[in-house]
Amino acid sequence: MGRFLTARLLQAVPVILAVITVTFFLVRVAPGGPFDSEKAVIPEVKAALEAQYRLDQPLMSQYFAYLGDLAQGDFGPSFKYPGRSVNELIGAGLPVTAELGLYALLIATLIGGSAGVIASLRPNTPQDYIPMALAMIGICMPTFLLGPLLVLVFGIELEWLPVSGWGDIPGDKILPSITLGAAYAAYIARLSRAGMLEVLSQDYIRTARAKGLPEWQVVLRHALRGGLLPVIAFLGPAFAGLLAGSFVVETIFQIPGLGRFYVQAAFNRDYTMILGTTVFLSTLIVLFNLLSDIAAAWLNPRLRHQFGSGS
Amino acid sequence: MRATCHAIGALLLAVLGACSPGENNVERGNREGILYLGNGSEPQTIDPHVLSGSPEARVARALFEPLLTRNPYTEAIEPGVAERWKLSDDKRFLTFYLNPEARWSNGDPVTAEDFYWSWERAINPALASSLANVYFIIRGAEDYHLGKIDDFSRVGVEVLDSHTLRVELAYPYPFALNNFAYIYMAPIHRKSVEAHDGKTRRYSAWTRPGNLIGNGPFQLADWKIQRYLTVEQNPHYWDRDNIALKSIVFRPIASAATEEKMFRSGQLHATLLLPNNKTPSYRAQAESPLEESAQMASYYYALNGNTAPLNDKRVRRALALAIDRETLASTVLMDTMIAWGGYVPVGMPNYDHPEPLGFAPEEARRLLADAGFPDGDGFPRLSLLYNTDENHRTIAVAVQQMWKTHLNVDIELQNQEWQVYLSAVREGNFSIARRGWNGDTTPDSFLDYMVSDSIINVTGFANEFYDDLVVRRARETGDIDALMALYQEAERILLDEAPIIPIATYTAKRLVQPSTTGMHGRIVDVYNYKYVSLDPTAKAWQWQKPEP
Repeated sequence: MGRFLTARLLQAVPVILAVITVTFFLVRVAPGGPFDSEKAVIPEVKAALEAQYRLDQPLMSQYFAYLGDLAQGDFGPSFKYPGRSVNELIGAGLPVTAELGLYALLIATLIGGSAGVIASLRPNTPQDYIPMALAMIGICMPTFLLGPLLVLVFGIELEWLPVSGWGDIPGDKILPSITLGAAYAAYIARLSRAGMLEVLSQDYIRTARAKGLPEWQVVLRHALRGGLLPVIAFLGPAFAGLLAGSFVVETIFQIPGLGRFYVQAAFNRDYTMILGTTVFLSTLIVLFNLLSDIAAAWLNPRLRHQFGSGS
Repeated sequence: MRATCHAIGALLLAVLGACSPGENNVERGNREGILYLGNGSEPQTIDPHVLSGSPEARVARALFEPLLTRNPYTEAIEPGVAERWKLSDDKRFLTFYLNPEARWSNGDPVTAEDFYWSWERAINPALASSLANVYFIIRGAEDYHLGKIDDFSRVGVEVLDSHTLRVELAYPYPFALNNFAYIYMAPIHRKSVEAHDGKTRRYSAWTRPGNLIGNGPFQLADWKIQRYLTVEQNPHYWDRDNIALKSIVFRPIASAATEEKMFRSGQLHATLLLPNNKTPSYRAQAESPLEESAQMASYYYALNGNTAPLNDKRVRRALALAIDRETLASTVLMDTMIAWGGYVPVGMPNYDHPEPLGFAPEEARRLLADAGFPDGDGFPRLSLLYNTDENHRTIAVAVQQMWKTHLNVDIELQNQEWQVYLSAVREGNFSIARRGWNGDTTPDSFLDYMVSDSIINVTGFANEFYDDLVVRRARETGDIDALMALYQEAERILLDEAPIIPIATYTAKRLVQPSTTGMHGRIVDVYNYKYVSLDPTAKAWQWQKPEP
């Protein structure tokens, strides 16, 4: 187990280094800079400003200086928010994004899980086709389409729910959570349907039915546990995906989370903030994938045995 | 499993439902003297010498106080840290007498030395302040800022004693006092700034709660990024008896739609903006909380005079005269801006506007024909550049249509993301570009930026006579009427040459609770919290269903 972990962690290092390098040089290619504004400043002032943030140095030495700071866990100062560090801004946005991701995941699991189970009970009947067709639409529909559609229907036409904000107006967390969760609900529906179908054809389910248990007990008490295993394995990467992928939803609904900081940083050419968020999110994705690999290995007795003998 | 499902369901309901604040901020605020303000985007910084945006300035106004302040009703100059001031007979020296009661929020006295130190810092080239130009009214300040002199004692600021400060003006400017009321000229507390190495380093923690020491009516209590910034009464403030508010909560709300909803549910005393599409329905309310006022801000198109055919005055004028601004404002803009064919915004105090550019399609066609493009024949396909924004797009589409209808010329619309747009305009990589400018209550806060060596002037417009009027002659006269006449003449030249096509004057639109006084619309977007008070017994404003 220890060797597996070490190997996986070592593999992550070049991945993250590549992300840093590509991002670092890519943002510099974009037109405009962090200190451009409509109230343009004279070149002397701009030069002094750039000197404060090492931007007057050669690009390569900026790059190595950045790596040096990063090694100490310091993402550097934000260009757009003087006096703020990127670490602080990430710290301010992360709880909001995590909260949004959690709700989305809960919604996805509840809706997706129930839809999958319902579909699996009567395969190849309308009870199966309808939820699965909906799930297909859910998978195909991107959040940047679903979000505005929900806003149009529930926010503007029906005026039931607020269309932006986070914790400012009662109910404003509902639409973003649903928008973000929808695609994942669809995945989970398909995963749980497949898992349930497999389990429901097992001998022990036949035994349970043969001893006269009511169908709901068969499903809830016996089948669900095994049937949802694929879903559980999916939750780790799903949560990482939700965190990293929430920037569209955060932008549509004006949610002050990490994703919105990310998008704004890109618009502002806040170089350190763009880099910081990219590095932070990619590290998070690598970590969650690693965790889910470990969880999968733990759940699978054959793999578990392998690790056991290996270490 | 079932239990888990129930638990998850209950949790989901709880968290999604828990976002209800339960209490109405407005009514609680009225009772306790807490003002809840919508404040646009998250303040980037509250350092008065580094900030440049208005959300930042609104917070800084509560925390810092310059020598002078302005009356929000009359725009008249009123005492700030200076209790009185005197202009010398030759109009070259201003002496400020500081209020001996003026204190920092830690109880230290505010002295003339504080101003001397702060002003040096503000224009120090190393700090690279983008608004250092408000100091250029002081003799030598511009040279110091540009590094042409490196001895601040050669700048016209002199400490006569710890409560008397004498300033030598660069030129006799009748509105010089306005500059000393800008928040950018506020003092900062030397010891606490230096303790956090913040003199010229922007990445400093001196503006954090617990570190920040100010001299304004309020002191910084709490600041949570993207959530709120709270200020509380400063017990050492010299005029604390005249401060009605106990505290102000600034809420960063980037979306005008969210702000409007929060206002309607009684969570804000005042919004910063109102979405254009909501404006008509608020105007129709019987007791409308809507405050509208013209702003000292212009919306215009800049023409790149370095490229053909826009280097031809006749073409520029033809384009300018073919825009029906009144129709644009009343239909497309739903009167959310004021149609105005002048560069200096309509409503500029003390100013007699020259004839604005009007709508004259016949003359426009004739000018275009004279320039060699009869009925638009052979006119190159120019592009109209704007930064990505729904309002800019609507206006651009309407103008494009007007040019097609009246001049038979085809213009291509081109939108670019903000930073790309800025760099395109700066590098002269455009034909026609949308621009906006926010000024102050004096015409020079607009006209100064169209002189030939201004970096804001991207049009290539260079007119010696204009430069002479705005720079040399305006600075020689100390008389308001003579000065205004010079500015009028300068703007007449500008409108005749038409390097820019003025379209409209911006208006400010905000919602204000009836319980709140002193927050009414102003032509400059600055609050003076000394004038703000709340009616402790008032209820929150209620939306009235419009009569069918």
